[in-house]
Amino acid sequence: MEINEIIKAENKVMARPRLLTDAHMHYCPGCSHGVVHKLIAEIIDELGQEDNTVGVAPVGCAVFAYKYIDVDWVEAAHGRAPAVATAIHRLNPEKLVFTYQGDGDFAAIGTCESIHAANRGENIAIIFINNAIYGMTGGQMAPTTLIGMKTATTPYGRRVDLNGYPLVISDLVAKLDGACYVTRQSVHTPAAVRKAKAAIKKAFQNALAKKGTSLVEIVSTCNSGWKKSPAESNKWMEENMFVKYPLGDLKDI
Amino acid sequence: MSEEVRLMKGNEALAHAAIRYGCDGYFGYPITPQSEVLETLESEMPWETTGMVVLQAESEVASINMVYAGAAAGKCVFTSSSSPGISLMQEGISFIAGCQLPALIINVMRGGPGLGTIQPSQADYFQATKGGGHGDYHLIVLAPSSVQEMCDFVGLGWDLAFKYRTPAMILADGIVGQMMEKVVLPPQRPRRTDEEVRKQCPWAVTGKKNRERNVITSLELDSAEMEILNEKFQETYREIEKNEVRYEAYNIDNCDYLLVAFGSIARICKKAIELAAEQGIKVGLIRPITLWPFPYEAVAAAASNVKGVLVVELNAGQMIEDVRQAINDKAMPIRHYGRLGGIVLTPDEILDSLKNNFLNPEA
Amino acid sequence: MAKVKGAVEVNIERCKGCELCVVACPTGVLSLKEREVNDRGYHFAFMKNPDACIGCQSCALVCPDACIEVYRLVDPTK
Repeated sequence: MEINEIIKAENKVMARPRLLTDAHMHYCPGCSHGVVHKLIAEIIDELGQEDNTVGVAPVGCAVFAYKYIDVDWVEAAHGRAPAVATAIHRLNPEKLVFTYQGDGDFAAIGTCESIHAANRGENIAIIFINNAIYGMTGGQMAPTTLIGMKTATTPYGRRVDLNGYPLVISDLVAKLDGACYVTRQSVHTPAAVRKAKAAIKKAFQNALAKKGTSLVEIVSTCNSGWKKSPAESNKWMEENMFVKYPLGDLKDI
Repeated sequence: MSEEVRLMKGNEALAHAAIRYGCDGYFGYPITPQSEVLETLESEMPWETTGMVVLQAESEVASINMVYAGAAAGKCVFTSSSSPGISLMQEGISFIAGCQLPALIINVMRGGPGLGTIQPSQADYFQATKGGGHGDYHLIVLAPSSVQEMCDFVGLGWDLAFKYRTPAMILADGIVGQMMEKVVLPPQRPRRTDEEVRKQCPWAVTGKKNRERNVITSLELDSAEMEILNEKFQETYREIEKNEVRYEAYNIDNCDYLLVAFGSIARICKKAIELAAEQGIKVGLIRPITLWPFPYEAVAAAASNVKGVLVVELNAGQMIEDVRQAINDKAMPIRHYGRLGGIVLTPDEILDSLKNNFLNPEA
Repeated sequence: MAKVKGAVEVNIERCKGCELCVVACPTGVLSLKEREVNDRGYHFAFMKNPDACIGCQSCALVCPDACIEVYRLVDPTK
């Protein structure tokens, strides 16, 4: 059978999501951000929320998230996305409001806003990319950097006596009464991508149903920061990141 | 609610004025001496009547970013705080300016620096009028000197903020925040509908229904584009300087000496002018109402035939720099009188300073 | 049993040559061009072994740049 007999519109089973813009993503080759953007674009479309969504972009590698998904966006100051999302949703309670944040944004500079938005049970979804490093600024230590992990600011490896412990923030958020759904996912295999998509979709549905705050942590790779190939990064993530940040639901009520 | 005459604190008047203006949301964090704003809003429960959102945030940092977000959504939103809290908000204020968003920020000033004191001060003049946060931007700064002006400037602040798509600040002090006076509250205006918001603020993030998507951001990595954007800001600021200068001139015809003071201190100056007149000394007053844009021409005109200018402030000498710039005359003696650390000066002190500086400088 | 046939189209200019699709493919269809590069200098993915494609979408699911579209049909001749 010839290829051109297969490549026909009626046989297409997976297309580029309609709500991804034509812009070239600035992310490094193999970066998890692109996969998660793709899922968010698909989910907003599937939920029919294209005209009713406001995304809140972070500071960090995903600072330009607003360039790639074709909905209204606000770019927040570093760490303030949950506060920004809070106000947008409070003032527009029928809108689908979500934040997209990295580990520095969500778990270091923005910890206060993260915890308090979830504790108030704001009806928002938080997509939290945890790759244990600061990508945009050039690979410095993140709050989630593993013990012994080398970064630009822990060149000999993270030391507990100097840098403290990796912050397992989703476990903290899960303890808050305002959080209705907290889950940890990844996007490194086809099966993981399918599960992550279901999780993000549930988070968005919870926000629309005003069930409280949903947090989807995506344990991710940063192959540039980790100085590994994308495939090697996935392997390293499975062997190291998943030990400290095990996948699965932490809370679902 | 129709127009109503009430007796209340300046801080309370801010809250009532906001509800009656048709405000969509308040986000704030308690700090003395302005906590009555949030307390009044919480006790009025406007969410039951107008649908206004009131939220006690986790910090001033969160508050100002909530205001940023509300403004990004085209809503009529504000926050209030006092000096240390306003310092915390500076990054957010810069973002609001950088995204060309209309918002109202109220600073009921207390003494600093640092944690300072909870007593009144005017020491945040530089912060309010010369920037505060990072980048080339200005706030429209309104300085109320009465409870009535606390009420009126809420509406004026939002009108100007929306007209020019720029943040406005009410720079009050602990005196005018805490004192009680008669105030005429305006009648209730309805809040804008979602359709009205979409029409008035086509740039706002309201969901991209029937239009291209909107993105609110101050990020532009292309320096050439960033310069163009900055030039646009500067054009707006020149427009504001041309159109929005406000001041009060008091007793300036044929005066021999000129006082320049703002906010509650201008009222104390009026009493000093009365005491001076009793002693045959003719003194006038210029009270800048907009601290930015500053009334340079009005100050220069009023000072053109006087023998000396005394700038009276509750700080170590901040507005005096603008007065010097306005007068630009090396021969004209321009002096400062101020009290620091939360001490409120008296009319007698002002008169003594005037005499010591200009009438018997040897003494 | 009818045989499922698949094929993928790679948007060559979007591809960054990260190789995740190559790793994810269960039937060894995909590879990166060894010599050719796109306008941005990346060795892009292509179907080196098209007959093996079963249209499972694994490659497209893990692709960070959404540059793979997948086609699938049940081969009526088998």
